[in-house]
Amino acid sequence: MLRELAYFVGGFLQTFGQLHLFFLRLLVGVPRTLWRRFRLVVDQVHNAGALSMPIIVTSAFFVGGVLALQGYDNLSRFGSEDALGVLVALSLITELGPVVTALLFSGRAGTALASEIGLMRATDQLSAMEMMAVDPVRRVVMPRFLGGVIAMPLLAGIFSAIGIFGAYMVGVVLMGVDYGAFWSQMQESVEISDVLQGVLKSVVFGIAASLLAVFEGYNAIPTAEGVGRATTRTVVISSIAVLVLDFMITAAMM
Amino acid sequence: MAQETENVIEIRDLCYSRGQRQIFDHLDIDIQRGKVTAIMGPSGTGKTTLLRLITGQLVPDRGTIIVDGDDVSKLNRTGLYRMRRKIGMLFQNGALLTDYSVFENVAFPLREHTDLPDRLIRHIVLTKLHAVGLRGAVNLMPSELSGGMARRVALARAMVMDPEILIYDEPFVGLDPISMGVIVRLVRRMNDILGISSIVVSHDVQEISTVADVSYLIADGKVVASGSPEELSGEPSELVKQFMHGMADGPVPFHYPAPDYAEQLLGREGD
Repeated sequence: MLRELAYFVGGFLQTFGQLHLFFLRLLVGVPRTLWRRFRLVVDQVHNAGALSMPIIVTSAFFVGGVLALQGYDNLSRFGSEDALGVLVALSLITELGPVVTALLFSGRAGTALASEIGLMRATDQLSAMEMMAVDPVRRVVMPRFLGGVIAMPLLAGIFSAIGIFGAYMVGVVLMGVDYGAFWSQMQESVEISDVLQGVLKSVVFGIAASLLAVFEGYNAIPTAEGVGRATTRTVVISSIAVLVLDFMITAAMM
Repeated sequence: MAQETENVIEIRDLCYSRGQRQIFDHLDIDIQRGKVTAIMGPSGTGKTTLLRLITGQLVPDRGTIIVDGDDVSKLNRTGLYRMRRKIGMLFQNGALLTDYSVFENVAFPLREHTDLPDRLIRHIVLTKLHAVGLRGAVNLMPSELSGGMARRVALARAMVMDPEILIYDEPFVGLDPISMGVIVRLVRRMNDILGISSIVVSHDVQEISTVADVSYLIADGKVVASGSPEELSGEPSELVKQFMHGMADGPVPFHYPAPDYAEQLLGREGD
């Protein structure tokens, strides 16, 4: 029992260390990739970002709408429905925007990255590149990682904007909150530091979710089962990582 | 610069094991310059592993592998990549990049390693595709190719950097007789026209005999026989006979090692 636990912890630490070495290896290559393979990075921003837009926009609209409904219900008990704009904006910008975007991102783009890279390994495409003296980490992994890192904050920003719009539709248009109060209170109370906190979170989550996706894909066992497992692990581990990191950043910025 | 020795690859005293299993046990192989060398052996003798060792994707436990004057295990990453540019390799299933068209697949090494203008790249790619007879397939995607065509595209890609050594990993597996004949002919032609050295890993005795100058038969981690195809089929050793004539039982047993049959049926095999 104790021995199994030791093995488990040992294995975990080993993977954790590998992940960080992999991260360092990626970081070292960032400037070169941006300079020499800019086109590939742009393609990947499109893959991870633009192709995730439908799910992000739809989810954001409804998350904003639900926030407005719940917020209206609670605030109206204290007669302060006018604060709805602030409530919605702050929750979206500092919390829900980055977190929900990151969760959706790992489900949509992260799994795609992991299974794509895993399948490339399973079909010898990565070995073939190595044989052609092309480093697959630089050619395949780096642009995908960077694409995810760049796309994630943009998606989070879009999520917050659409969410606020959804809340406006539900709160002001549907429930009859005062139009002027909704926007002006929001404008007064949302500080630049709130926005920065949201941006910081989305950048950190973007790095974590993209890194885990490419790491799992690159180290996938080259079989159908192995690629499937890598894809699942990507979603599970990224989601946990995002929630834990969210707590840590929020606590640190209090 | 490496001087022109007779052997383009020399493997000496090579030992390699994976886990408990010893895959190569003091293996010696010479690949002669300008010849087609076949490496044969029953499945599971580590033929693909040998290729990975030669190309530096794996590191041997012991022994040296000299490729064109360089000791592979002593090369760093840069040296290894420089060495690999001299080698073209054809993977079992082609290993084409599935996102790219046939053209982009063949152009891939050129785009990665050179700054040639697009017109020149196009010219080179079309020449190589013409050599394998697939100039007409230039705009197809890998998913639209048959197995034999995919392997020919991969061959064009392996040749595009004008390597000195071409390595074929099981090039005949799973092909119909026509595609197989095409590949056999291409192996021979590329070797002679381009003046390169070829290594073909295979267990298709018939096909390989028509194309190879020298064959090595590997079993149990050692070279059990070597020489021209005629010499091999005349070999008296039981193992060589079994392999060359495709007999089901012999030194390589039909049965995987198992406990006593009756005992196992009765569920009493040792625990």
